[in-house]
Amino acid sequence: MSIETGSPGPQTHAGPDSRQWTARARKAAVAAFPPERLLPDRQPAYMASWIYVFGILTLVSLAWVILTGCVLAIMGPTWWHMSTVGLFVNSLHLWSVEAFFFFMVIHLWGKFFMAAWRGNRRLTWITGVVTFVISVGAAFTGYLSQQNFDSQWISTQAKDGINASGAGAIFNVLNFGQMLMWHIVLLPLVVVALTGVHVLMVRRRGIVPPFVVEGDAASSAPNSSPVETEDDS
Amino acid sequence: MMIVLVIRALVNLNGPGHYLHWGFIQISVANVLLIALMVVVFVGAILIPFRRGKGRNR
Repeated sequence: MSIETGSPGPQTHAGPDSRQWTARARKAAVAAFPPERLLPDRQPAYMASWIYVFGILTLVSLAWVILTGCVLAIMGPTWWHMSTVGLFVNSLHLWSVEAFFFFMVIHLWGKFFMAAWRGNRRLTWITGVVTFVISVGAAFTGYLSQQNFDSQWISTQAKDGINASGAGAIFNVLNFGQMLMWHIVLLPLVVVALTGVHVLMVRRRGIVPPFVVEGDAASSAPNSSPVETEDDS
Repeated sequence: MMIVLVIRALVNLNGPGHYLHWGFIQISVANVLLIALMVVVFVGAILIPFRRGKGRNR
């Protein structure tokens, strides 16, 4: 990397720094995600349906999960168990998770019946499915971290299944500290990272258009997406 | 019988859960209600018209 000594003017593609990894990474990122595609002003006409709102509802619910989880982490267990405000935030955390799964499953149903992996959108679909599975684990470790009879019951019931799978050697559901760390560090990191990739893939490939109904092809315009591509890689 | 269970579950949630049994399948009434609600919302999301903003043609 060279030391910049002149004025920070715009760098041309053929400049002396164009071969550096920073320049190449920037060019690749801008080519893959131009700002107008990352944050478009308009969406295709076929998105005028309620079934398309469940993705953003899932995202908003996830934001609430993370936000309330951060508040719980800052204040600690005594606060969320003993104070009324703590109990309220704890409930917000639980119910935002409920909303998250509620909206995510409807989002999943909608995308499944649309065959949303069409049009080179395989990675969008796969990241969504994997995020769903990891989210189940995140919720599961959350139930184990409640520090009540519920969590004791769930952990003692789950240990046999986990041990039978062989995962019990490294994932001990009776180890409260380990479950808490998985719940508040590892799994949220994976869920948020995969969600980020999922959203970026949605922006890159566009929202999948609905199937064209036979006899209605002339009146509908399902391919009006500005990013509807088959060979875009 | 099931209706009574459902109403009881709706009215009083401060007690042991109510469960439905069907062969080897066992599920709580609360989960049945939630799944039914999700199906209703899913069907509604497909059938209920989406209001477009004024001046929006596409």
